[in-house]
Amino acid sequence: MTQPILELKNIHSGYGSIKALKGVSIRVMPGEVVAIIGANGAGKSTTLMTICGIIAAEQGEVWYDGRMINKVSPEKLPTLGLCQVPEGRRIFPRLSVEENLILGAFYRNDTEAIAKDIQHAYEMFPILGERCNQEGGTLSGGEQQMLAIARALMTKPKVLLLDEPSLGLAPIIVQQIFDIIERINKEDGTTILLVEQNANLALQAAARGYVMETGEISLEDDADALLNNPKIREAYLGE
Amino acid sequence: MEYFIQQLINGLTLGGMYALIALGYTMVYGVIQLINFAHGEFFAAGGYIGAIVLAYFAGVGYMESHPIICLTASFMIAMAYCAYLAIGVEKIAYKPLRKQSRLSALLSALGMSIFLSNGMMLTQGVYDAIYPSELFQGRFDFGMISVSYLQVTIVTLTAALLVGLNILVFKTKIGMAMRATAQDKTMSALVAISSNRIISLTFAIGAGLAASAGIMYGLYYGSVKYDMGFVPGIKAFAAAVLGGIGNITGAMLGGLIIGMVEIFGAGYISGEYKDVFAFIILIAVLYFKPTGIMGENIDDTRV
Ligand SMILES: Nc1ncnc2c1ncn2[C@@H]1O[C@H](COP(=O)(O)OP(=O)(O)OP(=O)(O)O)[C@@H](O)[C@H]1O
Ligand SMILES: [Mg+2]
Repeated sequence: MTQPILELKNIHSGYGSIKALKGVSIRVMPGEVVAIIGANGAGKSTTLMTICGIIAAEQGEVWYDGRMINKVSPEKLPTLGLCQVPEGRRIFPRLSVEENLILGAFYRNDTEAIAKDIQHAYEMFPILGERCNQEGGTLSGGEQQMLAIARALMTKPKVLLLDEPSLGLAPIIVQQIFDIIERINKEDGTTILLVEQNANLALQAAARGYVMETGEISLEDDADALLNNPKIREAYLGE
Repeated sequence: MEYFIQQLINGLTLGGMYALIALGYTMVYGVIQLINFAHGEFFAAGGYIGAIVLAYFAGVGYMESHPIICLTASFMIAMAYCAYLAIGVEKIAYKPLRKQSRLSALLSALGMSIFLSNGMMLTQGVYDAIYPSELFQGRFDFGMISVSYLQVTIVTLTAALLVGLNILVFKTKIGMAMRATAQDKTMSALVAISSNRIISLTFAIGAGLAASAGIMYGLYYGSVKYDMGFVPGIKAFAAAVLGGIGNITGAMLGGLIIGMVEIFGAGYISGEYKDVFAFIILIAVLYFKPTGIMGENIDDTRV
């Protein structure tokens, strides 16, 4: 039986006295697309930040690729293939588009491959190629989301964590972004853990889903089953 | 006219030194939003290391035969020493306070400044340490204007350091990482950049540049003293604020302006007040345009 590539075991974490996660357990298998859905403040972003070591887990274990990573420093994780596109995209605003991409490859030394990967990013997102010398902060929201994903891909991730990639974007752009996400998963075999408030979208893209409520996982099932679950339809799909 | 040009060259020499010191303030501020009040001490320490190294070379008689090598060595040793000193200061006095209020780090910086300055007094004495005066004695004469070899050397070296820093910060990957760290530390970590390393590097570069200015100061004025970091330190800080704190090009410009104003003020108004001009500028900038000349609106050279 294959091992999960990413596993959270009973994770507790938070911000000082605020307990944002109260025993979260999640498993992601290699090559899977898994969604976490939940309302505002449920703890989705905190989950991703805890996986990446930005927020320390107070209790529980995070396992990635066969090792426990609780004590691994955050800047080490991208070099191991674990990378996050955080909520709000967090483009370096005063660096150019190209510089943002180059920094995605910060830990890499394979200069030629990096140049090739940048070209590949421009093929995947032609608008970024046109804007390559423009400052990241001047891009539109959709362009920033594309750049954030492209920058993450420059780290050569095995597991990509995506926090609300659809947030604040027009439907047509959202469709484009989700097409790309599917492509990354299908073509490169990248495992994806997707956090979304847009449950419909997330569950269509994912094979399995977790429902998060106030710091706990309240439900876990196949994406189709969740989509057809009357409670979920009522609470998260607006019916 | 000759007098004017002469003063312009003097202003360039002095302003270049202020620019070199100002960069350390501005870069550290850009990356961790701290005014490193101990920064002037790196300038003084650099001046001392230069004096010690040059005195040693003079003692063994190497100075007359190989002045360029001796000078290069003194710069390299002083810059390296101060770079490591600054890394140590950051680790001991600032890093443990990074999560605390900014005021605690600021007070720690003030304490560090006093500590370092007293350390220099105790180890090096309260009297001036003399720089060898036989270096670069000659002068270029253009009609009525005369420029010493020393001034040419200082201005050239300053220009080279400033250009080098610009290339490092704006053209290399490590420079990009520095700017990225200044802009968003969490995101930098998510692309494998260690902010601790970048912060150390920033302190090292800033202190190295200040150390080079310390040697230039010693060569130019003939001696260094344990408390010499104080006044030029504050003037360079004024330069960094004038340029827009956090902005690299601004610090360079600000340094040159402060140097020029000081020289021309002393020349045309009164020499007695030469130290006052920088403070008048500092207060005026803080009052009328706290973001400085390159701040906020024209902002693509912030770290
Ligand atoms: N920096 C912070 N300091 C203190 N509390 C925080 C901080 N960030 C988040 N929280 C709290 O932690 C809880 C979980 O927040 P989190 O951002 O993980 O939610 P989320 O599910 O991502 O919500 P959203 O869908 O709005 O992004 C919330 O109650 C929030 O108020
Ligand atoms: Mg969130």
